[in-house]
Amino acid sequence: MTLIVTDLAIARGGVPVLEGLSFRLEPGRALVVRGPNGIGKTTLLRTLAGLQRPLAGQIAGAEDTIAYAGHSDGIKPTLSVTENLTFWARVFGVPDIAPALAAYELDDLAQRHAGNLSAGQKRRLGLARLLVTGRPIWMLDEPTVSLDVAAVEMFADAVRAHLAQGGSALIATHIELGLDADLLDVGPFRAKPRAVDDFDGDFL
Amino acid sequence: MIALLMRDLKLAFRAGGGFGLGLAFFLIVTVMIPFSVGPQSSLLATIAPGVLWLGALLACLLSLDRLLALDWEDGSLDLLATAPLPLEAVVSLKALAHWLTTGLPLVLAAPLLGVLLNLPGPGYVWLVTSLVVGTPALSVIGTFGAALTVGLKRGGLLMSLLVLPLYVPTLIFGAEVARRGATGMETTTPLMMLGGITAATIALLPFASAAVLRVNLR
Repeated sequence: MTLIVTDLAIARGGVPVLEGLSFRLEPGRALVVRGPNGIGKTTLLRTLAGLQRPLAGQIAGAEDTIAYAGHSDGIKPTLSVTENLTFWARVFGVPDIAPALAAYELDDLAQRHAGNLSAGQKRRLGLARLLVTGRPIWMLDEPTVSLDVAAVEMFADAVRAHLAQGGSALIATHIELGLDADLLDVGPFRAKPRAVDDFDGDFL
Repeated sequence: MIALLMRDLKLAFRAGGGFGLGLAFFLIVTVMIPFSVGPQSSLLATIAPGVLWLGALLACLLSLDRLLALDWEDGSLDLLATAPLPLEAVVSLKALAHWLTTGLPLVLAAPLLGVLLNLPGPGYVWLVTSLVVGTPALSVIGTFGAALTVGLKRGGLLMSLLVLPLYVPTLIFGAEVARRGATGMETTTPLMMLGGITAATIALLPFASAAVLRVNLR
């Protein structure tokens, strides 16, 4: 499934942040989104995931194809690792959670309550959720926060495996993942401040 | 869809899930009423249906601010919004889970607490009937209120102010069924009205809740 974005403009809190953004995300490819803080990377990912509407422009191929992972992992602290993953697997209609547990080495933690996990372990659980969605396009917002070097490698392996199966990924990150990924620098697409046209000359 | 319902029920029964909060509040209110109004059994019998209904309503209100706020805080709501489930189904299931963990225990506890308030004999059947018919509306309206205020820090007060006026018709007709039943009068008309309110809220409000949730998630 190819994601095609044409002339997209997005806003955060009513203020336009990016405009004129166009790109394609082909199956089997990864796209790393770069840009300074506050440029609108999270807003871009949320818009593509359908959580908010764009100001202008078209998004094609995003309907029911995107697995979104934001800053929070959506983990319930009173449920065990297995229960958390099983819930999402059943919501997305995926039968088996074993590969997801194995990919992030969560087998030993499977019966542990998620509230007792460390920040990095929680993040691994959050990323394992992507594997039980069965969705072709991963949309990841700073996925490597609080991961150690070994876990970052697990994540990179999971992304590579996903790409090899014909999936694709859009990743907003500032660290080098060692992926064969295209780079999308959103800096040049910063929305220009609008000219204020409500100047009331007659009032003066 | 069953997965979401089962998860919500499981979360409610786990430690800190809030199950029993409404029930404890209901118990406290109805146990305290005889102490505060005095031990005249005729007076208690007169006010029992209204007190039980008001207690159930406030107990329901107490548990509403956790309904969607917890899922919003940990990001689950964003993820559910991008899942294959329509948001209308999500809010309907949330309301159902809330009713099963809050409304249903209140219905079951009400006859026991009626004894404490000297509820007249014929009133028990009608009290339970009115609560069974009326409390689902409380959960559905409450879900709407929770959807309106999701994302607001300390949104509980605002939600109470928004939800309480919407609870008034249910309270009026629900308490009227119980009162008429307790005094041996005809109950058909208020029961029909109560059922109508519940049916209408269940049919319409999930769409409104899902719509405001979409706006609030932006």
